[in-house]
Amino acid sequence: MTSMSLSRGHVEILQFLRDRTSVIFTFLFPALLLLLFGTIFGDSYDQPGVSASQVYAASMLAYGILTTGFVTMGAGLALDREDGTLKRLRGTPLPIMSYLIGKLLLVLVLAVAEAALLILVGVLVYDMPLPDASHWLTFSWLFVLSVVACTLLGIAVSGIVKHARNAGAILNVPVVVLQFISGVFIHPITQLPSWLITVASFFPIKWMAQGFRYVFLPDGMKSLEAAGSWELGRTALVLGAWCVIGLVLCLTTFRWSERDR
Amino acid sequence: MVGGDVAAVEVRDVVVRYGDTTAVKGVSLSAQRGRVLALLGHNGAGKTSLLQVCEGFRRPDAGTARILGLDPVAEHDALMPRLGIMLQSGGVYPWAAAGEILRLFASFAANPLSVDMLLDRLGLRKVEKTRFRRLSGGEQQRLSLAVALVGRPELVFLDEPTAGMDTEARHTTWQLIEELRADGVSVLLTTHLLDEAERLADDVVIMRSGEVAATGTPAELTAAAGIDLLEVRADPGLDLVGLRARHEVTEKSPGEYSITGALDTRALADVLAWFATADAHVTAVSSRRRTLEDVYLSLTSQHSNTVGVAI
Repeated sequence: MTSMSLSRGHVEILQFLRDRTSVIFTFLFPALLLLLFGTIFGDSYDQPGVSASQVYAASMLAYGILTTGFVTMGAGLALDREDGTLKRLRGTPLPIMSYLIGKLLLVLVLAVAEAALLILVGVLVYDMPLPDASHWLTFSWLFVLSVVACTLLGIAVSGIVKHARNAGAILNVPVVVLQFISGVFIHPITQLPSWLITVASFFPIKWMAQGFRYVFLPDGMKSLEAAGSWELGRTALVLGAWCVIGLVLCLTTFRWSERDR
Repeated sequence: MVGGDVAAVEVRDVVVRYGDTTAVKGVSLSAQRGRVLALLGHNGAGKTSLLQVCEGFRRPDAGTARILGLDPVAEHDALMPRLGIMLQSGGVYPWAAAGEILRLFASFAANPLSVDMLLDRLGLRKVEKTRFRRLSGGEQQRLSLAVALVGRPELVFLDEPTAGMDTEARHTTWQLIEELRADGVSVLLTTHLLDEAERLADDVVIMRSGEVAATGTPAELTAAAGIDLLEVRADPGLDLVGLRARHEVTEKSPGEYSITGALDTRALADVLAWFATADAHVTAVSSRRRTLEDVYLSLTSQHSNTVGVAI
């Protein structure tokens, strides 16, 4: 099963790289947004040495993972279902888990590259300092939990996408809405009405963005968070819960072809 | 490969519905091990729907299917390593190269055939590095066939395997299918090409609007339909009134009479007896047996009746 998953992942990555439009739009878009926001909102917070651009650089990591995991996966799966790829694979000894692991490998590779690119832009363009070792440890689990949760949700939601050509549009609605209410585009998040923050708290993106701000910003910035602290434990809990919810949704809603509903 | 007495395909009273339309209306058929069964029918006759049930892609709305003795839906995982499936179209990564696709599918199998051998045999070597979407229709079909065969299946389902292929590729495909049978592999293919069925099939099932219209070997099917043309050479200008009352008869050219219709032994005797009573000098008699094509056309046209021949 491992070799099947690897060869599936290999083809997935080849596919993605050769389809240049998706490379440009999916992959470079978060970095482009970061450059845009960083340039428009360049002013400093009252914390010494922290600029709005650095805050964006940290928060935008959450957006990068969300769009890679959720949109790439969701749209890719809807397309595989529509063009019969899934059906053809169904007619082989390939286990469903290997198919999904292959997809997950694609997302993982993309997400690592995405994160590297965003961090690079943050460091080179906005002088974002790189954190120390203990923060990288937090970054690791945060990154893995985020990728897994977003990917699983992407798989689950692909089942409700009727036509692959609409997938991008449909999947981007929750993505964009959540960016605005989760403290990615608008920070400090406390500018939002408190009920909106409560709504955002149910979804993973708020916790992802908050976690990445913990990793890359000075500790003093926690005063700008909704709770006045980084809440790492709660972040792990919420993301872990979304992984479980995502997995259950995947297993219950997964379909091999369009018609066998 | 020895499968005991378990049939390759055993389908009983299968019904497939899409919303209000019933694509397959209670079809039963069985395919023996190591034989080639051709499912013949017009587009929309229900061939692909039936195949989808056999492949486990859809659950029948009624009836049962056992493939190599297994339930294709419930025992999917046990069955798939033993099947080779060639779909009509789609489902191949458009951005991946032919060789990569075949190697990917080979990686799913425990003991795959040599990818290089398949590329050579199916004339795909020169497009090994060409991306799928740049392949011609015939090349895509051949790759699709290679994908179905690469896992050394015991049973292959081929949905219109030679559609879009040129003559040479078609003959290569036929040869491959004959080699598969020689190796003991069972084949179930759909086609609307009569020459394909006549050349390849050990058994033929003709489907018409979701039902089985006839089953049998090509020889049985053509024999059951009997002789459909009798040509008699005799004296020119005979008065045909008496014969016309019972048969379709014309004098094509002076002294050349042709009698058409389903002619069984009794009818043949009746025709010749009439010539005897007319005191005609019969100098030549020839008959033509119906081809699979005639049988097929008469069965699949609207007003025909079912010809039943058990396999």
